Amino acid sequence: MNPAKRIGLAVAAPVLAFAIAGIFASALLAVTGNDVAGFWDTMLTWPENRQLVNILNQTGILYLSGLAAAIGFRMNLFNIGVEGQYRIGTFVAAVVAGEAWLPGKANTLLAIVLAMVAGALWAGIAGLLRVTRGVSEVISTIMLNSIAGLLVGYLVAKVGVTTGVSTGTKTIPEESWVGGIQIFGDTPTELYGLVLLAIVAGVAFHVMLNNTTFGFNLRATGRSESAAVAAGVDVKRMVVTSMLLSGAVAGLIGMPVLFGQAHNYGTSFQLGIGFAGIAVALLGRNHPVGIALGALVFSFLAEQGNVLNILVGVSPDIVAVTQGIILLAVVIAYEFVRRYRLRLEQSSVAEQVAGPATEEAKA
Amino acid sequence: MRRFSKIAAVALVASLTLAGCGNDDNSSGSDSAEGCKGASGDGPKVGLAYDVGGRGDRSFNDSAWEGMQKAIDDLGATCTEAKAAAGENDTQREERLRTLAEQGFDPVVAIGFIYSPAAAKVAAEFPDTHFSVIDGYSQFLVGEKPLDNLVDLTFAEEQGSYLVGVAAALTTKAKHVGFVGGTHGDLIKKFEAGYEAGVKSVDPSIKIEVKYLTEDPNDGKVGFENPSGGKLAAEGQLDKGADVIYHAAGKSGNGVFEAVEAAGDGIWAIGVDSDQYQTAPAGQKEHILTSMLKRIDTAVFEYVKAVGDGQAPSGNVTYDLAGDGVGYSTSGGFVDDIKDQIDAAAEKIKSGEVKVPTAPAN
Repeated sequence: MNPAKRIGLAVAAPVLAFAIAGIFASALLAVTGNDVAGFWDTMLTWPENRQLVNILNQTGILYLSGLAAAIGFRMNLFNIGVEGQYRIGTFVAAVVAGEAWLPGKANTLLAIVLAMVAGALWAGIAGLLRVTRGVSEVISTIMLNSIAGLLVGYLVAKVGVTTGVSTGTKTIPEESWVGGIQIFGDTPTELYGLVLLAIVAGVAFHVMLNNTTFGFNLRATGRSESAAVAAGVDVKRMVVTSMLLSGAVAGLIGMPVLFGQAHNYGTSFQLGIGFAGIAVALLGRNHPVGIALGALVFSFLAEQGNVLNILVGVSPDIVAVTQGIILLAVVIAYEFVRRYRLRLEQSSVAEQVAGPATEEAKA
Repeated sequence: MRRFSKIAAVALVASLTLAGCGNDDNSSGSDSAEGCKGASGDGPKVGLAYDVGGRGDRSFNDSAWEGMQKAIDDLGATCTEAKAAAGENDTQREERLRTLAEQGFDPVVAIGFIYSPAAAKVAAEFPDTHFSVIDGYSQFLVGEKPLDNLVDLTFAEEQGSYLVGVAAALTTKAKHVGFVGGTHGDLIKKFEAGYEAGVKSVDPSIKIEVKYLTEDPNDGKVGFENPSGGKLAAEGQLDKGADVIYHAAGKSGNGVFEAVEAAGDGIWAIGVDSDQYQTAPAGQKEHILTSMLKRIDTAVFEYVKAVGDGQAPSGNVTYDLAGDGVGYSTSGGFVDDIKDQIDAAAEKIKSGEVKVPTAPAN
């Protein structure tokens, strides 16, 4: 295949995906009696600075969630439990930071480390069940999500502080907050300082995957478990380790908001990021850069959903459906392009094989 | 295998993502279907921000809408409605209030205490726009100096719940009643506490079943948007022998009504927030003993009117029994014979003779 063709194919998949998603979303809007022109007008308007900040914040949060899911996905391990690990991790960090056993930023650091440990341990339960009892991690993590919600709800009610009709953990002392970063001059919202954790985690994921034995084993197990076993990979160990890693990253998801905005774990805790992360990982095809793009698309849609709701009257439910459509379109488009490329490769190989043979026959 | 699991995963995620959508339109023929679109007066321009679900619950949110409807009719108000998507943090809620304020809506009414932190922040950014939070606690979040343009509109739910508790106690034949709450948080505990106190005030030997649809206070979806869960909870209490069930579970309460209707004669449900007799389907009407009225409609209307008159309140306004902010409904006439006793209990609360607890005894 010549380079132009290769680049063309690489670009074709996302372009095709967004074209499909655009057509279906427009059709859906038209069928449900919404203002299609207004929808596109809003979607194609460059967001205001403060909205850009919100989009970047949410992208960072979703990116961490996507990474957590992708670590498992890379070895065919479906950690659906990112949501539960995220809740447990955030709760533990909120309690520890709220108690403030250490001063200032040491308190912050301790809380973040413990959030990762808690997330890892919660995910580790599913990993252990899988390797010792053969329990599918899909089932166990979904159940652990539910248990995490109930457990944290119970504990918050036990140890929490009540303000009006809202109960949450103790507020973190101000010296342990992580301040925001003003990136576009004077906006009422700032970039969460800890959103930068997403970049660190992304680079670490890339290096781990491509430059370490563990990463090689991870990918090998994902491609073919039997081949990995034959090559001497301890698959059981891989399962537990990657669940622990996945859970540790999931523990980080709540940190930007906890230390940058909420300062406690309470009623305004954001639900559902763990599930959105699974979608984002699939959208980004488990690739560190792809996940970032996927997270950006989802965050952009969520932010515009608000404007669409108020100015154009499009329900947030429709925006959620649009996210689903994009996800399906991406999966379909990539599969389509993959098959097309396979056929191209087959025919070019066939030409190369057939070429000399016919010349010989002539001679 | 690999492709299968990929497809399975996509399907799973798609279903998780989409699970929250749909069935908002099953509210049966109330006049609120048109929403803000019909309004074109020159009164206050109101921005309404709902939490997840929005209008169509025949309870909490619809009660707020009734107040808005009255403002449209009486004050020539216009409005725009915005509702939350599933899984938001305070940033998105702030952005919703901010966008409404920026579009020139004044006042901005946030429906649900979840908006308290967001309102406290955005009200400071827009000193010329008036903000209110239904059930809010934003007054505790603004720091030392209260904001002139921000008010929490709160209710003495425990007082109204006490009265329907009295009604339940006077109606139950089995000496056994039930309570179904949405999420197990401080707000709904006020309903439980008042109800319990009301029941016990009539006859301390009456047994009370208490069930919350979720112990997870963050999960409003399972708590308040879950009619099938409400139905299951009510059926459980009926099986145990309860014959009057009070719900404080928003849209999930519709499931409680279904269960009670299916259980037949002599089995009652008590509605919440709105007069739910008015909006229930014909078969269920015969089983709705009364409803605890939480006059969110009054609060919204009075607030919009006050802002229009240039007399916006700030800090906190509490709607209680004495000010007719809470109460009970008599539609259907099922409580006519015990009305005197309920009203006597109401007088005791108003005079301060009875103090209703705001947290359950246990």
